[in-house]
Amino acid sequence: MLCNICGKNQATVHVTEIVNNQTTEMHLCEGCAKEKSIQMEQHFGLSDLLAGIADLGTPFGAKTQDELKLKCSNCGMSYEDFKKIGRLGCSVCYGAFRKNLVPLLKRIHGSTQHIGSTPAKSANETKKKSDAEELREKLQQAIQREEFEEAAKLRDKLKELEKKNEDKKKTKGEDKGKAK
Amino acid sequence: MRIDDLLNQLGEWLKGTGPNSDIVMSSRVRLARNLNKIPFSHWANKKDKEKVLVSIKAALLENEFLKNGISVSMKELDEIDRNFLLERHLVSHELIQKTDNKCALISSNEAVSGMINEEDHLRLQVMQSGFNLRDAFEIVEGIDKFLATRLDFAFSPEWGYLTACPTNAGTGIRSSVMLHLPTLVLTKQINKILEAITRLGLTARGFYGEGTQATGNFFQISNQVTLGQKEEDIIDNIERLIKQVVEYEQNARQMLIGQERQRISDRIWRAYGVLKNAYIISSIETIDLLSSVRLGVDLGIIKDISRQQLNTLFVFIQPAHLQKLEGKKLTSQERDVKRAQLIRSKLTCA
Repeated sequence: MLCNICGKNQATVHVTEIVNNQTTEMHLCEGCAKEKSIQMEQHFGLSDLLAGIADLGTPFGAKTQDELKLKCSNCGMSYEDFKKIGRLGCSVCYGAFRKNLVPLLKRIHGSTQHIGSTPAKSANETKKKSDAEELREKLQQAIQREEFEEAAKLRDKLKELEKKNEDKKKTKGEDKGKAK
Repeated sequence: MRIDDLLNQLGEWLKGTGPNSDIVMSSRVRLARNLNKIPFSHWANKKDKEKVLVSIKAALLENEFLKNGISVSMKELDEIDRNFLLERHLVSHELIQKTDNKCALISSNEAVSGMINEEDHLRLQVMQSGFNLRDAFEIVEGIDKFLATRLDFAFSPEWGYLTACPTNAGTGIRSSVMLHLPTLVLTKQINKILEAITRLGLTARGFYGEGTQATGNFFQISNQVTLGQKEEDIIDNIERLIKQVVEYEQNARQMLIGQERQRISDRIWRAYGVLKNAYIISSIETIDLLSSVRLGVDLGIIKDISRQQLNTLFVFIQPAHLQKLEGKKLTSQERDVKRAQLIRSKLTCA
């Protein structure tokens, strides 16, 4: 039998891997087996724990091959890379992997909205966001108090504000495009 | 200023002054910052890292805290010097590994330190003696504001400061205090307290940082969550909790001194005796004994040494410090001898 990885050498090491009750058998040559075992040893530490959580985000977690292959246009990191390393490639990655990062950030921090300080330059943009955040907080409180009528009103307001923000972002983006 | 000059001075956080300095050794606040669009350090190529180094270093050198301090490239330092800075808590483990394009700028009083091309492009930390997170935060915030006018930080209104690891995103702030809790350990209450702390979103580590065990009854407690809370609230939260832990330790000390005065005195004086008379001593034994002696000083049982002298010993008995004092590489056995000699000389002079 030939090695499953390189397909060149005779397989002498036989590995059975059980992940989530799924059994995978691997037949490897000595060289590939060694490499595999180094990979397994390296598989430890914060980045891996994190990578583990990154995968847990069902139903949001990257499940499909397409999502894993998703690449950051700025630095070239793929979501699969991030899952392996546990660190992002650049600031643009946050936007590129947004769909999968939101549940991850939520899991780590219990929140997905920054309310802390801002660098002097983007103070205006954040102001708009914090209005939305305020509404969101009020909405949560209303739900907790079981005042659902109030909650519905707040929800509509929030939706409106978010739409406004989105539109603004879009036009801003277009303006930027024109300026260039 | 040169690295060797640090040997003759006492870092800001070792002064043994400040609020609650009998229990809180030091307070530290650090920020994680990155430059917009440039790949994070682990993913960056050589050119990117050089760009990061040049621009951040230039900005830091303009700052009043750092312009007259030390500026060192990690690559130019030998192993002893790198570890020397690590032992003084002026650089991180991450910074002294794979040293290409990594650099540290340190203020002359050792309170401020900027690390370039760490996990994030910039890690900026401020340390203060005693329970003093407010002052530390004020200083770090001031420098951050100063830098924001010169550098284009990676920031999103939604997720705040964007960091290499999503665990730091948002404020990018980590505030921590180093606590000496010998009586909570002695009375076996510490595990309950650490458990509670963890449940409230804080983490506890040992004196010598990430991944180290709590030796000498020292615990470094820091916030974990960085997104969805304001900086002030993060500081406020940890402050409140630490205040309580400090109170627990104070109460335990009072109880101990009231009920077990003989036993605790015996333990303290024995520790002092061994330190004053040993000729060979390991660092682990030293730290444990120093912890007892420190308690003795805090309780007013030992009166002829100061907290500052003890804090200094805690740092100087570490391997790189001993080797720096000796001016050459020492084996582990040689260090145990040198360490005992240093402690004897410091404690008998006292």
